[in-house]
Amino acid sequence: MPLINNEPAERHTLSLLVDNEPGVLARIVGLFSGRGYNIDSLTVSEVSHDSRRSRITVVTTGAPMIIEQIKSQLDRLVPVHRVVDLTVTGKAVERELALIKVRGKGEIRQEALLIADSFRARTVDTTLESFVFEITGKPEKIDQFVSLLEPLGLVEVSRTGVAAIGRGPDGM
Amino acid sequence: MMREMTGAEMVMQALIDQGVEHMFGYPGGAVLPIYDAMFHQNQVKHVLVRHEQGAVHMAEGYARSSGKAGVVLVTSGPGATNAVTGLTDALLDSIPVVCITGQVPTHLIGSDAFQECDTVGITRPCTKHNYLVRDVNDLARVLHEAFYVAQNGRPGPVVVDIPKDVQFAKGIYVGPENIQHKTYQPKLRGDDEKIRAAVELLAKAKKPVFYTGGGVINSGPEASRLLREFARLSGYPVTSTLMGLGAYPASDKQWLGMLGMHGTYEANMAMHDCDVMLCVGARFDDRITGRLDAFSPGSKKIHIDIDPSSINKNVKVDIPIIGDVKHVLEDMLTTWRGMKAEPDRRAIASWWGEIDRWRARKSLSYAKSPDVIKPQYAIERLYHAVKDKDVYITTEVGQHQMWAAQHFHFEEPNRWMTSGGLGTMGYGLPAAIGAQVAHPESLVIDIAGEASIQMCLQELSTALQFNLPVKIFVLNNEYMGMVRQWQDLLHGGRYSHSYSESLPDFVKLAEAYGGVGIRCSRPGDLDAAIQEMLKSDRPVLFDCIVDQKENCLPMIPSGKPHNEMILPDHPEGLDEAISEEGKIMV
Ligand SMILES: Cc1ncc(C[n+]2csc(CCOP(=O)(O)OP(=O)(O)O)c2C)c(N)n1
Ligand SMILES: [Mg+2]
Repeated sequence: MPLINNEPAERHTLSLLVDNEPGVLARIVGLFSGRGYNIDSLTVSEVSHDSRRSRITVVTTGAPMIIEQIKSQLDRLVPVHRVVDLTVTGKAVERELALIKVRGKGEIRQEALLIADSFRARTVDTTLESFVFEITGKPEKIDQFVSLLEPLGLVEVSRTGVAAIGRGPDGM
Repeated sequence: MMREMTGAEMVMQALIDQGVEHMFGYPGGAVLPIYDAMFHQNQVKHVLVRHEQGAVHMAEGYARSSGKAGVVLVTSGPGATNAVTGLTDALLDSIPVVCITGQVPTHLIGSDAFQECDTVGITRPCTKHNYLVRDVNDLARVLHEAFYVAQNGRPGPVVVDIPKDVQFAKGIYVGPENIQHKTYQPKLRGDDEKIRAAVELLAKAKKPVFYTGGGVINSGPEASRLLREFARLSGYPVTSTLMGLGAYPASDKQWLGMLGMHGTYEANMAMHDCDVMLCVGARFDDRITGRLDAFSPGSKKIHIDIDPSSINKNVKVDIPIIGDVKHVLEDMLTTWRGMKAEPDRRAIASWWGEIDRWRARKSLSYAKSPDVIKPQYAIERLYHAVKDKDVYITTEVGQHQMWAAQHFHFEEPNRWMTSGGLGTMGYGLPAAIGAQVAHPESLVIDIAGEASIQMCLQELSTALQFNLPVKIFVLNNEYMGMVRQWQDLLHGGRYSHSYSESLPDFVKLAEAYGGVGIRCSRPGDLDAAIQEMLKSDRPVLFDCIVDQKENCLPMIPSGKPHNEMILPDHPEGLDEAISEEGKIMV
């Protein structure tokens, strides 16, 4: 498949509006695994209870031809209403939330608090020997925060994955 | 219409309201209420199969020969898993099938109950869409939606899984007139600007080719008519994939024959050397393109397809037109006429001159023999004997399938049914039975191989039970010939497990089922034996003993471009034809 693989891979953030029915997530995940596409991040939640719609944000990487394939393959799934490529439509707002636990005493503890403060992370749980921080931001910011906490007694990280929305007055 | 009834009654009512006349099925615990509801009506006729795979292939044969959706009913667990091959086949060949499966009662789902399987999970990747119906009040809507989804846009199989308690429960039935699908609205008309650009490009072409596929057939007979009209108007050459045979008449002088791995030299060379390619309802499959980076290097490509995901999947095209073939061709013709487009007569004449030189290579020729029946000869004689009859042809998978595509010629769409995408051995006999159900007065022949026919031979019993006089024409070379051919190509002629060992006596086997068995092994006897087969009004199994070592040519070896075909006049070096890179391809 030389035609396809010659082009360098790009990272795209896709927003999907889908029927919130059983199996819809399995359909989407199955499409990615079955056709060998990448999922870098995936978030799902119902956004309209009345019309039972969910919004899915998928971050994927692939050559431009593959990205086009992914979009049209997603679009032809029956419960998928809309597929919008936020990377193409212009700068979108992308945010992720993470909860991060560190353990330590004394100086190390002080250091962790300082770093959390400079990243505007909130402390949501405290014991005498641990903290849980909550941070929201672009994925890269969270990556950076986590790597700084690594030598300071990092215990575990829980991340939501990216939620994204287009800028400006119009909806998807 | 709104009426209270049980879920099982809703199934039958929905089928009736959808205009279903025939269904193919096999009973079991989880569908007994539906079988009971069936018992109380006589509008939908049920064909009892012998294996659920057969039911789906029958539905496919029925759909492909009639243009209507095929309907299947199977039980939970093994009934559903047996249907999976057929569903995958229908998905890859874009055939509209609605398959209703029984399921264990809702309160037992997930408990590993007897004959429980995760039908929607298993069939999710092998259907266009599927449903598990948990509430009887959703059932009628889902059934009508299933027919809509199966038949609209790019057609495909749809599964509706119905737990047994839902079949017993009472609810409100709604008729199809009240159903409007919320989201699934495929685009039928092509973009005007793109159509105009395409017509302009075509009108200026010096070496054009129409590359057509199964999408023309799926779009309906009108699409075939428009294709013929466009070809006549322009004078351009036409080729087709395996799936599209019959959309353009094989007797026409603009017909190049099939293209692809076992296509004609002229079709493949025209594809390779053309300057404008109009792809109509085909999908640049690997059997067609050969080596991708050397595929038709100098052409501008126009691609008409109803499925946007087919566009730019394998080959980048210059003008994509998303829409239904019929609508797009109609608009292209109007635009062509409106522009008073005049093809470049001189260029086109010299293009035909080139094509005629390729034709003169006679890439479908083979060495005749007075002593043994050459498989190509058998197909030729069969074609000769039936060509003026009202005939439908199905095939199994292997060399015989390719020889049938090369040497049996089709004038009309919907007459040729073969497993193109999945390549399912065992497809042909049940598909023939399905076609015979749709066309009881017509002649239906399954062109088979001795290995393939054993995969669904049990359906001969179905043919007998329902008086469906299908003819099975077995090209018996005592080999899985296509496998043997690839072992010649790739593995030094080491025929590992490709010899058809311990074959049954097909004549006696046919008789054991209550059908007719005929054997023929000499070229001189062939015509008379074929006549004997045609005279019978019962199912016939014709055991045609053919040359064991014939290879199917011409051939584009895997990993090679179109202009490096192996031709029958130079078959030597078969074992060196494939490069190291090509070996990993299938
Ligand atoms: C279900 C299935 N299993 C395996 C194959 C691989 N396969 C392709 S052709 C072939 C041999 C077919 O032999 P036969 O039916 O005798 O046809 P011939 O090639 O000899 O004409 C096999 C095993 C297949 N296509 N389908
Ligand atoms: Mg054989």
